[in-house]
Parts: sequence; structure tokens; C-alpha cells
Amino acid sequence: MIYLDYSATTPVDDQVLDSFVKVNKTYIGNPNSLHQLGVESKHLMEDATKQVADLLHVHPSEVIFTSGASESNNLAILGVLLKYPQRGKHILTTALEHSSIQETLSFCEKLGYIIDIVPLLPTGEIDLDKFAALLTKDTVLVSIASVSSEVGIRQDITRIGAMVKAYPTTIFHVDGTQAVGKIPIDLTNVDLFTFSAHKFYGLKGIGCLIKRRGIELEPLIHGGKSQTIYRSGTPPLALIVSLAKALRIALKNQPERFQKVESLNHLLVKELSKMDSVVLNSNDHSIPHIVNFSVPGIKAETMLHWLEQDAIFVSTKTACSKDNSSSLALLAMEKDDSVARSSIRVSLSHLTTEDEILKFLKSLEKGIQKLHLK
Amino acid sequence: MEKVILIKYGELSTKKGNRNFFIKTLCSEVERKLALENCTITHDFSRMCITFDEDQLSDILKKLNTIFGIHAYHIAYKVSSDLETIKEKVLEVMKQESFHTFKIETSRRDKNFPIPSMELSRLLGSIILKAIPNVQVDVHHPDVLCQVEIHEKDTYIYTNAYPGLGGYPVGTQPKALLMLSGGIDSPVAGYLAMKRGIKIEAVYFEAIPHTSLEARNKVIELSRRLAQYTNKINLHIVPFTELQEAIYQHGDPAYCITIMRRMMYRIMERLCQKYHAEAIVNGESIGQVASQTLVSMHVINEVTNYPVIRPLACFDKLEIMDIARKIDTYDISILPYEDCCTIFVPKHPVIHPELAVAKEIEATFDYETMIDTIMKNIQTIVIREEDSQVEKDLL
Repeated sequence: MIYLDYSATTPVDDQVLDSFVKVNKTYIGNPNSLHQLGVESKHLMEDATKQVADLLHVHPSEVIFTSGASESNNLAILGVLLKYPQRGKHILTTALEHSSIQETLSFCEKLGYIIDIVPLLPTGEIDLDKFAALLTKDTVLVSIASVSSEVGIRQDITRIGAMVKAYPTTIFHVDGTQAVGKIPIDLTNVDLFTFSAHKFYGLKGIGCLIKRRGIELEPLIHGGKSQTIYRSGTPPLALIVSLAKALRIALKNQPERFQKVESLNHLLVKELSKMDSVVLNSNDHSIPHIVNFSVPGIKAETMLHWLEQDAIFVSTKTACSKDNSSSLALLAMEKDDSVARSSIRVSLSHLTTEDEILKFLKSLEKGIQKLHLK
Repeated sequence: MEKVILIKYGELSTKKGNRNFFIKTLCSEVERKLALENCTITHDFSRMCITFDEDQLSDILKKLNTIFGIHAYHIAYKVSSDLETIKEKVLEVMKQESFHTFKIETSRRDKNFPIPSMELSRLLGSIILKAIPNVQVDVHHPDVLCQVEIHEKDTYIYTNAYPGLGGYPVGTQPKALLMLSGGIDSPVAGYLAMKRGIKIEAVYFEAIPHTSLEARNKVIELSRRLAQYTNKINLHIVPFTELQEAIYQHGDPAYCITIMRRMMYRIMERLCQKYHAEAIVNGESIGQVASQTLVSMHVINEVTNYPVIRPLACFDKLEIMDIARKIDTYDISILPYEDCCTIFVPKHPVIHPELAVAKEIEATFDYETMIDTIMKNIQTIVIREEDSQVEKDLL
């Protein structure tokens, strides 16, 4: 099997899984219980929370555990809008966002909010002049992914954040799901920050929303104080510990893992650029972990299943949007429709080998010949 | 060029007869703190020298900044004590600095070095004046002071000085017992006592079920923060419920706090005898609450003649909070759990208690027996600066 879909999800690290199992077996108390067992569980939860906070240079009270990035994104957007209904009806976002942002914002549109999509440069970066022009004192929320899931485009979050800071009532949410564990994170100018453990070798089912002190959220799941007052429900202690551990391991190894992925990326991109029928959609502004390309004329899904025959697993668009339509992200980057209909996302990891890349390239080349003929 | 950290003993080296003891205590503390770092530590009569790998620097500095007795340290370049090398390296070091005025200060620990200190300073200064444009010497207020220390084999060159925590190494004074409640003041009092070299053990008065395990946990966390400055802290947990209830059943509610504090001091004295401690330390600050007026202190203090050290006696609350933030105890202290000083607080506690009245109330019940029972049921936990290994592995 050749797994090249690490941006969809990653296999769990053994040490992380080990902690998960041990905590489940030894810490049986509910952290909200007042007795000894509860207190022990709570203590471990607080240590895990503090570890996450320290790793991201925030305060422990700014860490809210959720079920994953989709919940964090929902909580960030709806939580802000419900808490600050008087602050204006305008929201800014991009065409590169994950479906849990896009769909939530579509819902908000029905509630009467005005959503503006910030234009992109052909590179996929936000056009900062146009962004500045769209930002007004009625803008209640700006939501931008620091790394886009489909094409891997990095945005200059620190700079965008500084621009948002000029509007004291505007809240800046960043979806960092594809960034954490891959590139350095600077939360200086960020108000709300989403990420999820399973993207960096943690477990599925646990994510996080960083919420800066001074900002309030209306909870989406009511039920009183639990790990925080913003998200009720019995805290999943073992998952919380597993997230803290996965984050520690990922950040500790980030530089060397990045280097490894970068060299794999160079190999893959070099070979893909040699192929005449391949159009590269990722560029210098993409993280090396994500290589998005199109083979115009061959439907993305057809290519995906072709590769699957050789036990090679990739994505069309993102795993969360696999319906058979054009990629809105690529259209927003001014790619034409034939490119947008045929895009494949290969996502790499430090676990990927050169051999896997070469096998993938071989299968792809064969597929292009075969499928073009049909 | 190889970099080293130089720790100067400062005030410690004025300790004459005890000097060796002070320095030995400091050295073993530094060695213990840095045991897990892959670095080499050497020391002589005036300084310690730590050789390290560049990527360890921030970890090492973080640890040095938790050791009392370090007044200042320098990050120095170590070169061989040979005139040509010294000339070349001093210039190299100074080229990395941006400055307008400078001063070179040379000291020869090895008096066999052929050039006297003053002369060498002038020589090195002239090299810099020739090589770096637009700079001049200012021996009074230089932008950069470059210090050159010549030893027999090695020479150290440095232009920086970082302040350490100051104080005396923990353990250079005997032990004292700290009354640790969970509030903002008592951990700060403990920190300041340790800064004078006092070894601290903490005492927590617990009144379960009126206080919760979470309150105890808070005290454990506070002890852990204090343990950063030493190795471990023994935390003695005093089961205070029965005695506290008795106090509230007998006598005037206005005197409850006065009596309660007198009982606490009695227990503290017994603990001092038991654990061979020389003094009681607490976070009392004059006038802060009813039991901390001078009159209250006098009446409460009457039960013991052990010295009661009150490092915060003359501090403002804001000053105390500043230190609490600096030592990372503030955020824990403000967690909202009741401790035994905050439960059963009367509406109008007496501000000027009378000793005779307090004694009269105490005569109405047999607190001695209760204290005997309490002494038998004290629980001690050892708190280390790090979490347990089990928990560390999980995370």
C-alpha cells in the first residue's frame, strides 16, 4: 500500500496510542467529579492542557478541547456571531476554506449575514490590497486558513492579523488544521485558532480551539462548565492526553520532518513538471506536504480509482468534498475549468519514501496514457 | 570559538569562614539542576564554568534562573591564553557588537602572563580603535565593556552580564516551616524565605469536608512551583476539621479567627520541634486582614517563642502580586477553592483582640488533646518540581 493522503488523516503514532490506552485503563474518574479519582483525572487534564498551551505559547485558559477541527470551526464562527450580535453583519473569508467553514458560513448567510470572499492572487495568496478594502468596522469576523487543505497555500497570518487588529471589534479566526505540526505557528495576532490531532499522528475525535482571553464565545453544546465553559460534555481525558502528546512529538520533530518532506516534494514536483499533460496547481507558496496537480481531460475521480488499483491512495480536492464537481479553490486561483475538474491532491509525510514516490509516478504515467486513449 | 557560561559568586565570596560551604552548596545545586543536560561544570574559588552545546543554551539558562545564590552570569568565549590569539579573538568578539564607545578590562588570574593587565587593556584597545571605524574609548560609561580574564591555560572574553536570582543558595540556612494556605501571599513568602537560603517545608491546614480535595491540589501545585527553586518540598497536611469546628462551637464568633490562628501557631511549634525546624514562615502582611493587625499579631504570636518570619510584613498587595506572577503562583492562587482561613469567617472579626479574652475562650475546651490527635494524623507528601514519571510518560 502506498498512502499519499496524509492531509486527509495520518496514522496514529504508537506512543500516542499507548498513552491513550493507559489513560483509559488507569484514570477512570470523570475530571468533573469532586472525589479523589475525579481530582486525579482533573489534574492530568490540567497538565495536558498546560502542555498544549506551552507548546503554542498561549495561556492554559485559552485552550478549548473539541471533537475535532469541524467542531472548532463551527464553535469559532457561530460562537462569535451568537455572542456579539450587535457588532455588525459582515464576514470575510476566502474560497480556499474547508467545507466546515464554507458550509457554516452559508448557514450564517441564511441568518442574514453578508459573506464576502476575499479575491486571491493567481498564486493563491490573499490579495492584501483588496482584503484591506473589504475590511470595515462592520466586519465581525475574518476566517482564513493558514494553510489551505486542497492546494496547500500558506497565508501570511501574522500580517493579515495585524491588519485585522486595526479594527478592534473584528475577530480573527484562523483554521490551522493543515498547518500545525508542519510549519511554525505564530498566534500573536490571532484571536481564534482551530486544529485537530489526527492531522499530526494523533487520534481522530479530538481537536482544539484556541480562544484568546478577552474574547467570549456562546457555547454550541450547553451543559455547564466542563474542561471549559465553552464546551460541555464529559472531557475525553484519554483523547486530550493523546492530543497533548501528539502535539509535543510533532513540534519537537517538526524541523527534521519538514526537511524530509521538502526533499520528497522536490523529487515529486521535478518529475511531475516533466510530464506534458500534467498541470501543477501547487506552487512556491504551498507547503511541501501538499502537491496538487491536474491532468486536464481525465476526471479526477477516474484517476483516483486508477491509482487505487495499484494500491496508491490520493485525494481529489479534499477528503471532505469528494462530490464530482469543479474545485472552487482552483477556480478562485484563476485556473480554468478543465484544470479544476481534474485535480488530484497528493499529500506527503516524513513516513513517505522515495520509492513510494517513484512507484506513484510510474502508475500515474501509465494512467495518463491509458485513460487519455479512452 | 567555544562558548561557556561563567557564574560569578558575588556576595557569596564575601562570606569569609563560611565561604567554602556557601560555594559548595551552590555548586552542588547547579550540578543537580543541570544533571540531565549534557554539559561539563568546573569550578574554582571565584567562579563556575559551564561548557555546553549551543542548542542547550536556553534550557540551561532557564534552569540557572531558578537557582538562588547566582548573582550574575556571563556567556563568554573561551580561547587559549596566548597573546596573539587573545588579540585576534577580542577583535572578533568586538566586531560582533554594535557600539560607539567601549572599554577593555583585563584581569590576570595568572600573574605569569607576560603583560600586566593595564598594559594589555591599552594594547587591545588600540587594536580595536585601528580596526573598527568611528569608535572611541570611554572608561566611565562605555556602550560595550569587554572583559578579558586571563588564566593559566584559558582566557575568557565577554561583553555581557545577565542578572541571576540573587540571594543565598537554598540550604545555607537551616530549615523553616512555611504556612501554605493556597492564597496569593504564602507562596511568595516561601519564595522570599528560600531566597535567603532557608530550606522550606510546607504546612497546609485542611478542613475536609469544609474544604475540598481541589483546595489541597492547589496547595500541591503551589508547592511544586516552589520546588523549582530547590529540589523537593515536603508538604505536611494537618487535619484541622475537628479543632476548627470546636473553635466555632465555643465562644465569641468575633474571636474565632484569633483563636484559630493561635491554634495553628501551637501546631506549627509542635511541627518545628518534630521536624527540627528553626522558624515559622508565613505570608502575613501588616493590616491586610483582621488577624494581621499589629495587635492581632501580638495576641496570636503569644503562643510560641519560635521566630515567626513574615517576609511580606511590609509589602503592599500589588507588590506581592507582582512577585506571585513572576514565580508563576498567581494563576494557581486565584483559583476559587475555599481554604480553612476562608470558611467560617465571622462578619466582624475582632481587629484589636485582647489576650485575656482569647485565653478565657480557650479555657472552655480541651484543645490540647485535639492537638495531640492532630499530630498523630499528619500526612506528609513529597512534592518534586517535576511531575511524576508516570504522568510524564503519558504526556
